[in-house]
Amino acid sequence: MSIPLIELAGIERIFRLGDSEVHALRCLDLCIAAGEYVAVMGPSGSGKSTLLNLLGLLDRPNAGTYRLEGRDVTTLSAEEQARVRSERIGFVFQSFHLVPRLTAAENIALPMILAGIAPAQRAERVAHALRDYGLENRSGHRPDQLSGGQRQRVAIARATVMQPALILADEPTGNLDRATGEEVMRLLEELNQGGVTLMVVTHDASLGARAQRQLLMEDGALQHDRWRSSETAADQCARPT
Amino acid sequence: MRTPDLIRFARDAATGSPLRTFLLVIAMAIGVAAVVVLTALGDGARRYVLNQFSSIGSNLVIVLPGRSQTGGFNPGNAITSTPRDLTVDDAQALRRASAVHRVAPLAVGTSEISVGGKLREIMVAGTTAEFIEVRRLTLAQGRFLPPGDWRRGLSEAVIGASIRDEMFGREEALGQLVRIGDRRFRIVGVLASTGQGLGMNTDELVIIPVALAQAMFNSNTLFRILVEATSRDAIEPAKTQVTEIIQLRHEGEQDVTVITQDAVLATFDRLLGTMTLAVAGIAAISLAVAGILVMNVMLVSVTQRTAEIGLLKALGATGATIRNAFLTEAAMLSVAGALVGFALGQAGAAIIRQLYPAFPAFPPDWAVLAGLGTALTTGILFGVLPARRAARLDPVQSLSRR
Repeated sequence: MSIPLIELAGIERIFRLGDSEVHALRCLDLCIAAGEYVAVMGPSGSGKSTLLNLLGLLDRPNAGTYRLEGRDVTTLSAEEQARVRSERIGFVFQSFHLVPRLTAAENIALPMILAGIAPAQRAERVAHALRDYGLENRSGHRPDQLSGGQRQRVAIARATVMQPALILADEPTGNLDRATGEEVMRLLEELNQGGVTLMVVTHDASLGARAQRQLLMEDGALQHDRWRSSETAADQCARPT
Repeated sequence: MRTPDLIRFARDAATGSPLRTFLLVIAMAIGVAAVVVLTALGDGARRYVLNQFSSIGSNLVIVLPGRSQTGGFNPGNAITSTPRDLTVDDAQALRRASAVHRVAPLAVGTSEISVGGKLREIMVAGTTAEFIEVRRLTLAQGRFLPPGDWRRGLSEAVIGASIRDEMFGREEALGQLVRIGDRRFRIVGVLASTGQGLGMNTDELVIIPVALAQAMFNSNTLFRILVEATSRDAIEPAKTQVTEIIQLRHEGEQDVTVITQDAVLATFDRLLGTMTLAVAGIAAISLAVAGILVMNVMLVSVTQRTAEIGLLKALGATGATIRNAFLTEAAMLSVAGALVGFALGQAGAAIIRQLYPAFPAFPPDWAVLAGLGTALTTGILFGVLPARRAARLDPVQSLSRR
C-alpha cells in the first residue's frame, strides 16, 4: 500500500464550553494503512470519540489536515463529505442506532436508499447481508423484536452494505453481554480479515488487546502507539498547544 | 435519494407516530372543511336570494316615487322639492315607450275583508290586468282582472290562497260576493299559493282594479309602477325611456327612482359574494392555524427524531436529503388533511342541502380550490422551518442524544 488510508497531520479540536476552551484533540498525527485493525483506548474524555467522529467526517477539526485515501477531506463541502461517508465509511454504534419503525431488512437497506441505489440491487444486497449475518428469519422484525446481539448484527450489516473501506465502531460491545459481545467482535474481525480497515473505540483492555495496533489516548493526545516504534510523538507538531 | 423512496420514507415516518399524524390531519381537515362548508353556506345564501328575486318577474323595471339622493343633503331640497306623486296617467304614458312591453300600476293599502260574518285585515293591491304577467303569478282558480279602461273597473277581486282558505274554508269562493272596505266585490279568481318569499306575500293579497283601490283609499297616487321590458337587452333602454317620460310629465324634474331588477340582483350578488369571501377569509384563518400546528408538530418531531437524523447523516444523508424528507412528510400530512377536509366539507354541505332542500348550499369551485391550495401552501411553508432545522442538526450531538 503506497498511500495510507488515513493520514492525520496536526489535528486540533477545541470545544468551547462557556468561557473555557477544552482541547479534545491536540497536535494529533496519525497514519493508518488500509486493512489495519486498530483499537483506540483511553479513559473517558480522552478524545477517543472525538477522534472517531473526525475520522467519520461527522466533525471538523479546528486545525490540521485529514487525508482519506490520499484526498484531503477536511476542505470538502458538507455535501461532498456526506458522499464520502456514504461510500467509504461504515459506523457501528454502542447503542446500535437502528430506526425503530423500520424492519431489520429496511434498516440494512437504509444507506442504499439514501445513496439512491435501485430497488432491485438493494433487495439483492440486503438478502445477501441477511444471509451473511444469520438474520434471514429476522428480516421482517422491528428492532424492539430483536435481541441485543441481533440488533448489533443488523447494525454491522447496515455498516457494511455499502462496502466501505473503513469501519468505525464506537464501543460496539458496550451494551452487550460478554458472549454476544464476543460474537459481534468476531464478525467485525472477520470483516477486517476481508480487507476492511477496522477502528474500534473501547474501554475494555482485553478487547483492545485483540487488535493488531493499539492507540492509547490521554487528554486529547496520543500517549502510546503499540504497533510502530513510538515516533509519532507530539513534538513533531510545530505549534505549541 | 430516489423520489419513491423519499415518499415511502416520509410515509413510514408519518405512520410511525399515528397519534401525532392523526391529530395533524384532523387539524388540517377541520380547516379545509370549514372553508368548504362556510363558503357553501355563503354561496348558498347568495343563490337563494337570487332565486327569490328572479321569481318576482323577469326583465322588470320598477318606478318608485321620490328621488333617492346620492349627492348628500341639499338645503334647497328641504324647502322646494316636494316630490310629485306617481299617477295612473304616468303609468299609462309609459306604455308608449318602445322598449316597454307591459306596464302594471300598483296602489297598495290595508283594508278589511268580510264575508258571512268573518272579518279579516288584508293588504289590498290595486292594479290592472297585466299585473299577473308582469309579476309572473299563476292562478289556482278562475281568472284575473279583465283588461279594460284603467280609470274604471268592475267590482271584481282576485284573492290570495290563504285568504281563500281562511274566509271560505271548504266552500266555493269563486262568484261569491265579499265586502272589502266599504264596497262589495265579486271574487273572480284565486291565486296559486307561492309560499314564503321575498317582498310581498301574494298569499295574503287581495287584488282589485286600480281605480277602485284609489277610490277606496281616497288618493290618486301609486305605490309603484311595474314595467316589463321587451327583452333582457331592452332593460337599460326601458329604464332610460321611463326616466325621460316621467321627467317630461313632471315638468322636467327627476323626482322618481327607477330601479331595474338586474341592478337589485347585482347589488345582492355583490353583497352576498363579498360576504362569502369574508366568510372564506375567516375560515382561512383556521387553515393558517392548522399550518402553524403543522410547524409545531414537525418541530417536535425533529426534536424527537434527533438521534435518527444524526444516524441518517452518519449513513451518508446530505442536509438536502433530510430537508426533503421532512418537507415531504409535512406535504403528505397537509395533502391528507386537505383531502379528508374536502370530503368532510362536501359531506357537510350535502347534509345542509338534505336538511334545507330550498337552500342550494354548494361550495363554489374557487373556494374549494383556494381551500385546498391554502392548506397545501401553509403546510409546506410551515414545514420549511422544521425541515431546515433538521437538516442543520450537528450529527455528533444528535447521535449522542441516545
